[in-house]
Amino acid sequence: MNTQKQDMALEIEDLSVEYRTGGGIVRALNSLELSIKRGTALGLVGETGAGKTTAGLAILRLIPHPGVITGGSIRLHGADLLEKTEKQMRSVRGKEVSMIFQDPMTSLNPVRTVEEQIAEAIRQHEKAGRAEALGRAREMLEMVGIPAVRGREYPHQFSGGMKQRVVIAIALSCTPQLLIADEPTTALDVTIQAQVLEMMKELRRKYRMSMLMITHDLGIVADICDEVSIIYAGHVVEHGTLEDVYRNPLHPYTVGLFNSLPNMADRTAKLKPIKGLMPDPSDLPPGCAFCPRCDRAADVCRTRQPPRVHRNAEHYVCCHLYEDKPFQEVSKDG
Amino acid sequence: MVKYIAKRVLMMIPVLLGVILLVFFIMNLASGNAVLLILGENATEEAVAVKTRELGLDRPILVRYAAYVADLVRGDMGTSYFSSRSVAEEVLSRFPATLKLAVVSAIISTLLAIPLGIFAAVRQNTLFDNFSMILSLVGNSMPAFWLALMLMMLFAEKLGWLPAQGMNNGWRSYVLPAVSIGFINMAAIARTTRSTMLETVRQDYIRTARAKGVDEEAVVMDHAFPNALIPTITVIGVQFGNLLGGAILVETVFAWPGLGRLMVQSVNNRDVPLVLGCIVILSISYSVVNLLVDLVYGFVDPRVRSMYK
Repeated sequence: MNTQKQDMALEIEDLSVEYRTGGGIVRALNSLELSIKRGTALGLVGETGAGKTTAGLAILRLIPHPGVITGGSIRLHGADLLEKTEKQMRSVRGKEVSMIFQDPMTSLNPVRTVEEQIAEAIRQHEKAGRAEALGRAREMLEMVGIPAVRGREYPHQFSGGMKQRVVIAIALSCTPQLLIADEPTTALDVTIQAQVLEMMKELRRKYRMSMLMITHDLGIVADICDEVSIIYAGHVVEHGTLEDVYRNPLHPYTVGLFNSLPNMADRTAKLKPIKGLMPDPSDLPPGCAFCPRCDRAADVCRTRQPPRVHRNAEHYVCCHLYEDKPFQEVSKDG
Repeated sequence: MVKYIAKRVLMMIPVLLGVILLVFFIMNLASGNAVLLILGENATEEAVAVKTRELGLDRPILVRYAAYVADLVRGDMGTSYFSSRSVAEEVLSRFPATLKLAVVSAIISTLLAIPLGIFAAVRQNTLFDNFSMILSLVGNSMPAFWLALMLMMLFAEKLGWLPAQGMNNGWRSYVLPAVSIGFINMAAIARTTRSTMLETVRQDYIRTARAKGVDEEAVVMDHAFPNALIPTITVIGVQFGNLLGGAILVETVFAWPGLGRLMVQSVNNRDVPLVLGCIVILSISYSVVNLLVDLVYGFVDPRVRSMYK
């Protein structure tokens, strides 16, 4: 167990985050558990509002006001980030952990050249002079497929895909050990999406980075990730290797996510969207958060939080359906 | 850039023509009888007729307008009815006093307002924020001339530290009028700075900067502030443009020999050429300040700069 622990890039345990607004307390994360093994990529999958972005920002301790981390721990290579001072956190951000944000159109400062924005990250963390940092910034641009001469241009002179490449260059400029990518391709055209994803895959291999890929797109997860955590209402409801979760989805929500994808083999089949909406995070049900939308909900689901049930060492689910039942009964090929 | 400036300067011409036309009509409606004012109530009808003809007031208003514009193009703004000096000379002799006061008070208000606005935004909802916003609410609501009178009573009359009138005491003459105007203008600049800063610090690129590990001071000064500058520059520009027309009331209170006071005097005297002269100078300086402000936008924001090409 101990040797396994040391191999962890990131371990989040029991993490809770609340937004304390005038209208009440919004529980964005509820005892979130995430773990990423060193050098692997974890996909964090869920609908809009499930708390995916909050989870990413919590790791950097950049939850915007009025959000507060109310409990839990976030360990990066064993060191608890929640115990660090703000000054220590600044040397983590951009150096050990970098984040790529969803909307490249607004993620870059409009009044500074792109090379300055990359160089700023380098100068922040390494003893590099202005000229040296700018030189390295231009190298980073080349690496993400942008000619170095364009470094003197401003963000508005770049297309969306190129801006996202710049954002990636900023994130990778100090070779972080962990990269958080928050829906990095959602705002891009499909063809550009593929290019950017391909590039990220390659760069991850090159730098041997661990990665947290936040997305709602199961296709991207299949393409990039080694493991998957399914998040619902700020809580991980199912976790496993790509193989486990894609072959044996256990939680009714996970099954619902797969069912809402179009089936190319039978295009006459109707899409089966998950009915209803995510519960209001300022008024979560006492039992399972998914039970108002669940076809298989029983009485116990409404009153008691479901326990975690392991199918194997990696694969677990939080659902009353699997309580006290051997898995062979409920899953086809388990 | 040069092309852009040339275009903007050309665009000032129709603006000026329009302003002059408007003033011509208004002065025509409201002038009362300038001739009677010049000659006195007891002037004979004959003398009035002669003077009217001499001043060209017997011609139709559009003819007078055309003649005025034709003269203006040659730099001739006519002759004051009262002092009989050339209007151009009269106006230009007053302009430096107004310009100096405007520059000094703009510097005072900007230097006070920008740090105040930034700090208030960074420390939103704290005691400092509330205090500075109350201060600027007071500044926004208080008439400048009243503040001028109060300052004058305290510092000139009671304490005797500073001169009450005129501009013959070096820098000490500037303190009271510049502070009166500067404080009022400071209020508007500080409020604008605060609100745009509050908006800017919520932008995604601020989050990007923080995610890079940039410290809070650099986030505010290097990333947020340059992006919050445009609305602030707009307010400063508008205020400065207004000041160039003369801070009429404050100049009157402090007997400041500037354009504002000249304009008040000439309106009281129905001295149409002099009023027109003041307004022409005011419009030109306002347009020039606007142009400068637009050029500063380009300096601050590369997106604007690329539109000037």
